[in-house]
This record gives sequence, C-alpha cells and structure tokens, in this order.
Amino acid sequence: MAHVRLNGITKRFGAHTALENLDLEIEDGQFFVLLGPTGAGKTTTLRLIAGLEKPTAGSIEIGGVDVGDWGAAERDVALVLQQYSLYPRYTVRQNLEFPLKSNIRRMAQPDIDQRVARAAKTLRIEHLLERKVDRLSGGEMQRVSIGRAIVRSPRIFLMDEPLSNLDAKLRETLRSELKDLQMKLGATFLFVTHDQIEAMSMGDKVGVLNDGRLAQVGTPYEIYHHPRDTYVAGFVGSPAMNLLPADLLGDRMRVPSGAIEFAVGPALRARLGRSSGPITLGIRAENVHLDPAGSIEARVWGVENHGVEKIVTLKTGDCLFKATMPATIATAIDEPMRLSFDQSRLHAFDAATGLNLSLEGRALEAAE
Amino acid sequence: MTSVATKMDSLARPAQRRGLSDLGIRNLFIIPTVLFLIVFNIFPLIYSLGYSFTDFSASANAPANFVGLRNYRELLGDENIWANFVITAKYVIISVSGQMIVGFGLALLLNRTFPMKGLVTTLLLLPMMMSAAVVGLFWKLLYDPSWGIINYALGLGDFAWLSNPDAALFAIAITDIWMWAPFVMLLSLAGLSAVPKYLYEAAAIDRAGTWYTFRRITLPLVAPILLIALIFRTMEAFKTFDIAYIMSTQPTTEVIAIRLYKQAFQQWDTGKSCALAYIVLIMVLAITNIYVKYLNKVKER
Repeated sequence: MAHVRLNGITKRFGAHTALENLDLEIEDGQFFVLLGPTGAGKTTTLRLIAGLEKPTAGSIEIGGVDVGDWGAAERDVALVLQQYSLYPRYTVRQNLEFPLKSNIRRMAQPDIDQRVARAAKTLRIEHLLERKVDRLSGGEMQRVSIGRAIVRSPRIFLMDEPLSNLDAKLRETLRSELKDLQMKLGATFLFVTHDQIEAMSMGDKVGVLNDGRLAQVGTPYEIYHHPRDTYVAGFVGSPAMNLLPADLLGDRMRVPSGAIEFAVGPALRARLGRSSGPITLGIRAENVHLDPAGSIEARVWGVENHGVEKIVTLKTGDCLFKATMPATIATAIDEPMRLSFDQSRLHAFDAATGLNLSLEGRALEAAE
Repeated sequence: MTSVATKMDSLARPAQRRGLSDLGIRNLFIIPTVLFLIVFNIFPLIYSLGYSFTDFSASANAPANFVGLRNYRELLGDENIWANFVITAKYVIISVSGQMIVGFGLALLLNRTFPMKGLVTTLLLLPMMMSAAVVGLFWKLLYDPSWGIINYALGLGDFAWLSNPDAALFAIAITDIWMWAPFVMLLSLAGLSAVPKYLYEAAAIDRAGTWYTFRRITLPLVAPILLIALIFRTMEAFKTFDIAYIMSTQPTTEVIAIRLYKQAFQQWDTGKSCALAYIVLIMVLAITNIYVKYLNKVKER
C-alpha cells in the first residue's frame, strides 16, 4: 500500500506530447479513476507509474520516495491490462504462481500454494486452477490476470481498462467485484477507463484527463455536479450535458438559437457572480422537465428508449437539446411540448475559456 | 418457379463458355505437377526399391538377378557402413546444434530495433542463398594451410584443417553452420516477433528476471518454430553430400551420402546402393517422426 504523487510530469513521444505538466496525487488506499477519451494520455500515465516508460520531465513518488530511477520490478506495482496478458500455454495455477516463483522473491512452495489459494478464493476461480488459460472465457481470463496481481500484494494496483473487452453483463458484475476487492484489500488502485459509468460507480476520486492535461480531480459527485469546465461537463454524464451558447444581460438570460429567454433568479445570480455577456449555458437532460406552464416550447426531434426512461431530443428554433423522461410518457416525432428547468441546476461557463462561472464566482468571493 | 429456373440457367451458361471452369483451372495447375512428381520421384522411388533386392549393376550388360534381402543383410553387417553412419551422426550433431545456437543467438540479437537492421538482416541471410559448391570451394580457400585467412587470423601457422583427419569433419561442420545458421535465425526471428510485447511488460512488472523471463516466456513460445527448424536442418544435415564431397577427401569425413555416391557411381554397385539409399531414407523418416511427435506434444502444451 502506498501513496502516489506525480509532480509536473511531461511525456513526449517524438513531436507528440502525450502528457503536459501533470500533477496528480493518489492517497493510500484510494480507488482513483483516471477518466478520459482515447488518446488523452491515460495509459501513458499508468505506464509511467509502472516504470515501463520514463517521463520527459517531472518526478514520480511512490510511498514518499522518488522512483525515477527504479525499474518496473523494483517499484512493486501490479498492472492489469485490457488484453489480459496471461502467459499462454500455462495453467491458471502456473500463471498465478509466476510472479511468486521469480528468483527475486524466492518464496517457499507452501507459502506460494497458500497465496494462490487465497487469491483464487477471493476471485472465485478455484475450480479453474488446473485449466489451461486458452480454455478460459474473457471474464475468467480477466479474473486470472487480476489474481496474478493480487497474489503478490503489490503496493499499487494499476488497471488499464480491464473491463473494456468484456460483454456488458459481465462488466457490471466485475465492476462491483473489483470495488469490493479494493475495499477488502484496502489497497491503492489506479483505474484507467474511458467509460464514465465505471468511473462514477467505482472511484473514490476521479481525474478527468483531456489531451494530456488534468481537467478536474474530484469525487464522482463533484465531477458530476460541479464540472470545472465545459469539457468535463460534456464528457461526464450520459446523455452529455446540454451546452447552449447564451447571453447574460443583467438579470435576463437569452439563448439566441433557441429563442429561450428567462429571468435569472437571485440564487443563480449570486452563483454567477458579476459575470455578464456571452456565456455557455449547461443543463443536464434529467433537469429538463415536462411542464405545461413551462417557458420553453419545443418539438420532439428524436427518441432513444432506455427501459425505465427515455432520452428525448428536442428542437426549439435552431437549437437541439436532450431531456430525460419517464418511459411511460408518449412521445411522437414532431409533437410539440412545453418544458421548464430548475434554475438551481443550471451551469454557466465562460464562453471563451469554458470554465465554470459559478466556481469562479465562489473563488472570487472567497478571495474577497 | 420454372420460369425462374430457366432464367438462371440461361444466365449461367454464357459464363461457363467464356473461359475455363474452376475444375478446368484446377486440373491445369495440378496435372503437370502430379505427372512430374510421378515421373521423377515416385517412379524412381518404387523402381529403386525393386533394384534394392537385385544384384543389378548399371554399368554391366548382365540382367539383374533377384537376391532377396542379401543386399540389406550385407550392408547392415558391414562395419565400414556403420563407421559412415557414426561419422554422419557426429556431423549432424555438431552441425545442427551449432546452427541452432548461432541461429537462435543471432535472432535474439536482431530482435530489437537498431539502425540499419534491415541491411544487417539481409547480409546475414546471404550465405543461405549461395550454392553449396561455391561455399565449399571458397571455404576451402579460407582454410588453406599456407595462405588461408583463417590460419592467418587465428595464428595457427600451417595447420591443415581439411587434411587433418580429426579436424576435417569440424571444418566442414563449421562451414555448414556458417551457411545454414541464417535459416534457423530467420525462423527464430519469426517466432520471436510473434511473442506479444505485453507479455514481456507483464513479466517485468511481475518482477521476473531476464533469464526467468527467457526460460518461462520466450522459450516456450518459440519452441514449436525452433523444433521445425531443427527438423529441417537434421534432415538436410543427414543427407549432406555437396559441401563434404567438395571440401575434403579424408576417410573421417566420408558421410553416408558420399559412401552412397561412391558405391553407386564409382563401384557401379547399383542394387546395393539402392538398398543403402532405402536404409538412409528409413532412418531419416524415423528421426523426423520422433521430432514431429515431440513437436505435437510441445504445441499441445
């Protein structure tokens, strides 16, 4: 178990900059999820911590010690990859024993047996121990590779999209299993994913990576309810937050493309601080409600059914936005609807920088 | 229904007339090959099996007499023939193990990125592409006791590699290693590059040492292809004739193929030679079969 700290990490591959001046701190025993789209630098971060790559600049500390000159073996981390990376031709047991049998460790056979048995029990793969790994299903393979990580009780678990290759049902099961496992072991986990549901459901803390930079670090609640900028707002949440260009003039908010106009209440006004002019308005689909007395008039543009609820794309003027509705509500294409939204749930972002104005406002207040 | 059928029929027919049918093309490719194989391989094979039971001599006008198993009995009881087999075995072991070690070693060295890798690989492959006669002749020059470069470089004075009864077989084996190690290298390289990189990374993270990783990951994954190289090279080495015949006339380098050649085309003992050829064939088959069995076992694992 250990605490990990990245200080000003920059990593370049030739002319391409994968990570730019990244600072990251993972506390001991924390389940930290690094979230971002493909190519954001998640895997690179993981490989840097594992010691498979060297940073171009910056330092990495594990347990308070700078590990810059340490190889992958000395850092004592475990890495679970998307493609399972099991050793072919061996049985499950031999795979689990592999890290324990290395000369560096020199462990006695009864000790090895005990650890393998414990890991197999934790992951419920005891019945597979004598099976060859090429005879396993995807879920079983991934369990074995997680097992190979836990037998050695490493200081940090690094997981690179371990659930991406599994089917949806299995992914759900393993998701909760992994979270349970982490709590049981009390270990430090760094979990990399592009799937925001995984990030939200498993992480104690989530870091959102955008093109080599950390856009925001926070609890899943903070990330979802207080996105720091339009990038986080748009990336986290399904469906993505509606982001509409708007104008804020005094107490009037106007969305020109949608012909939406409303008075800004005192609570929202206070949150926005002194800002005015062009902004980006953000509202989550679940905060748009059907309301016969609502101020927005829109027509149904598209419907996506999700079982309990449906996501309806609506059009008003030239502007498209999404709303979540109970599945019981009848929706026909081109049907007119009246809607309203909760002002307390509105987000406003600076049109130029994309930063959340309410957070900025709060910071300004705090400074005064 | 009927109208549809007629329509399809009328569509299908012109297509057939336009060129050869699939079956026709297949026969066009296969029949010449089959004929060639029958005339030049199968027929001599069966014909020589017949001769191996006679006292036929290709140089004499006398008709062949059936002698039953006498040729085989004589050959298998002949100490000189067994001496040839021992020489051949020695040669096969030295040459093939040398090729495997050098070839696999070169492949390990080449299995990383460095400047001019392509050029170096091509240069290393050249010996394999040369004619054995050419290779034999110029290694003879290299080994020359009075002005050969090998003695000069190693400071061996006038050590006569090819006329020294003890050294000659080694000298020929070294030439063979030089010529055929690239073949092993090529196959090993294919095997090595097929080992996924993430396995090495996983092993590094699992704190496996270099030797441990090599033994537990690289070797098992490359083993099948190494065995295939071993099968090819053993078969070839067993049948070696050209290099050995060109390079040395020492009795200690008389491998079985040279013996066979002498018996067939110097003594014109055709019937007996056929029998010897069959003995060699059966031995090669037996050795190859053992390897193939083992290969299947390795693949299964």
